[in-house]
Amino acid sequence: MYAYDEIDRTLVNERVSEFRDQVKRRLSGELTEDEFKILRLQNGVYLQLHAYMFRVAIPYGTLATDQLRALAHVARKYDRGYGHFTTRQNIQFNWIKLAELPDALEDLAKVGIHAMQTSGNNMRNVTSDQWAGVAPGEIEDPRIWSELIRQHTTLHPEFSFLPRKFKIAITASDHDRAAIKIHDIGLKLIKNEKGETGFEVLVGGGLGRTPFIGKTIKHFVHGRDILSYIEAILRVYNQYGRRDNIYKARIKILVHELGIEKFSREVEEEWQHIRNASLQIDDEVIEDIRSRFTYPAYEKLPHMPDELRQAAADADFEAWRKNSVAPHKVQGYSIVTISLKPIGKPPGDATAEQMDALADLADKYSFGEIRVGHEQNLALPHVAKRDLPALWKALDKLGLATPNVNLITDIIACPGLDYCSLANARSIPIAQELTRRFANHELANLIGRLHINISGCINACGHHHVGHIGILGVEKNGEEVYQITIGGRADEGAALGNLIGPGVKFDEVADVIEDVVEAYLALRERPEELFIDTVKRLGVEPFKERVYATR
Amino acid sequence: MTSPLEQKKIKIAGPSVVTANRTWDGIVVYRTAAKSWSADLSEAAIVRNSDEAKALLAESVADDVGAIGPYIAPVQVGADGKIEPGNLREQIRRTGVTIGQSAQA
Ligand code: HEM
Ligand code: SF4
Repeated sequence: MYAYDEIDRTLVNERVSEFRDQVKRRLSGELTEDEFKILRLQNGVYLQLHAYMFRVAIPYGTLATDQLRALAHVARKYDRGYGHFTTRQNIQFNWIKLAELPDALEDLAKVGIHAMQTSGNNMRNVTSDQWAGVAPGEIEDPRIWSELIRQHTTLHPEFSFLPRKFKIAITASDHDRAAIKIHDIGLKLIKNEKGETGFEVLVGGGLGRTPFIGKTIKHFVHGRDILSYIEAILRVYNQYGRRDNIYKARIKILVHELGIEKFSREVEEEWQHIRNASLQIDDEVIEDIRSRFTYPAYEKLPHMPDELRQAAADADFEAWRKNSVAPHKVQGYSIVTISLKPIGKPPGDATAEQMDALADLADKYSFGEIRVGHEQNLALPHVAKRDLPALWKALDKLGLATPNVNLITDIIACPGLDYCSLANARSIPIAQELTRRFANHELANLIGRLHINISGCINACGHHHVGHIGILGVEKNGEEVYQITIGGRADEGAALGNLIGPGVKFDEVADVIEDVVEAYLALRERPEELFIDTVKRLGVEPFKERVYATR
Repeated sequence: MTSPLEQKKIKIAGPSVVTANRTWDGIVVYRTAAKSWSADLSEAAIVRNSDEAKALLAESVADDVGAIGPYIAPVQVGADGKIEPGNLREQIRRTGVTIGQSAQA
């Protein structure tokens, strides 16, 4: 867990009283919507189709149980009893009244939660691997660096009035769970030959209308120089970035237009001016942040406790364990992913009851800590293996033990036309139908790892470009039409998917996906060949043939 | 549904209303003939040509304390005078999400 210091607490509380005053002036008519809009966006308040939407940050995806209970409380008291976890370690509430928002913010501030950096053209919530600090083989806990960047960039002028929003993600593992290649800046913690900690820096990734995979701009930046290096990138961006055209304003466009070589030369030049100035990070600063991340007092436990051995006879438990439980850096412990993808339900939603109950379970079994990942699932990061069977039973009662993590029904979907005012088409009902089609666990297991990502418009909040199967809703003559891509991925081998052919209607999407999957099952060389590998080997053609031959 | 929030030119193809979200709580509302807002589509003022639409929109925009983000949306008016939303987006805004909401499920 991380303990905020006094400065942060004061800042968060000041924000609440400021916003209370702003809302009051808005409701009295003293502020117009035009004047107020930027203020509400600074506090995570959007307008969606049916109501205001309130986006709350979960920095680097780490939540304490009192924080999760506070989110449950907000869902229950100010909203309709549920919240939606997004792909950027945020949670959204869909039905909040403006008049009650200051109270909701105040209730959250009591547990150190806020909505800063969740919207606007500034540095957004710095995201990280949801397994940070517990994944085996990690260089070090990437949240230390996420926090450093968060502290440095919150409210910093250079980062508050950017040409467009700016997103950073950090990983410290070879397997990238933070999708760093689709962020404006992606950071991968590494060690150089001398054993010093630093970063491989990627820049210019992003989705949306014009997707790009991030490119490596520098192979090694020493940890102590990371702030000055990021600042150098931001300065080049601030200098050249297109403020005139919202579609061209993201850094990815600048990197693309200048070319990575020229862009990196510019950054290098800028960096040489500033690298030895005040931005160099003292070891004490890092040590101070490091010391604020506390880890549980793990027990010395056996690798294979009796409880686990006995439970292995239960096929349902095993089905869940195989895809939800991952190795932990400490022997005798596991990381447990909590699927928020029950069959037939909206992906990423959790009810207030589930949040409260999960907080209790985290207190009992995970040293009071919960994590939020970009796949819209949660995780308990420190579960003793002997507790797995009991935890599973408890989760199952709550509807939180769907054994589908990383399988075809573990779908990422944006809110789409059911909630979002920018949407062209619905995404959630498509996800719901697909989970029903592939509800059979044996079938899903036979298919193996397969990520379906769905967005309701070209903004790509549902990451469709990097889904193994991507589904993008567009509008054609007043009707919802869906474009389907295959071959995308968001991990260390990040790639953009390729279109398989003309768009299909709402009612046909699930049939088409079934065809794609059947084609894969027929085409794969062996059961271990993942969908994504078959697509890589054979390209789009055989899938296209299968889907369109009969349509 | 192309987002209508950036309507530039006002041109309507059929009967239309002005809709927005009420400022204090955000709910969907429609401009009425009585120069106020109603959550009930049946109380919406219907406009049938661009001039009427422009006038209704201008008056709605002026009431910034009442509701935000007003825009013109198509409707269908039945023979019995019953008003129905003119596209899926407006249908969803009127009746709510098309999915089971999590808390109710
Ligand atoms: C009211 C709801 C939302 C609005 C208005 C909204 C708006 C946008 C816009 C305009 C973009 C394109 C930005 C650009 O290319 O410059 C975008 C991208 C994105 N949004 Fe959202 N969004 C909403 C909800 C969500 C949700 C629910 C999620 C997570 C599930 C999300 C995560 C993202 C991500 C990951 C991207 C693409 C990554 C990138 O920045 O390139 N957004 N959003
Ligand atoms: S992808 Fe489009 S429809 Fe989906 S949440 Fe983002 S802006 Fe809305």
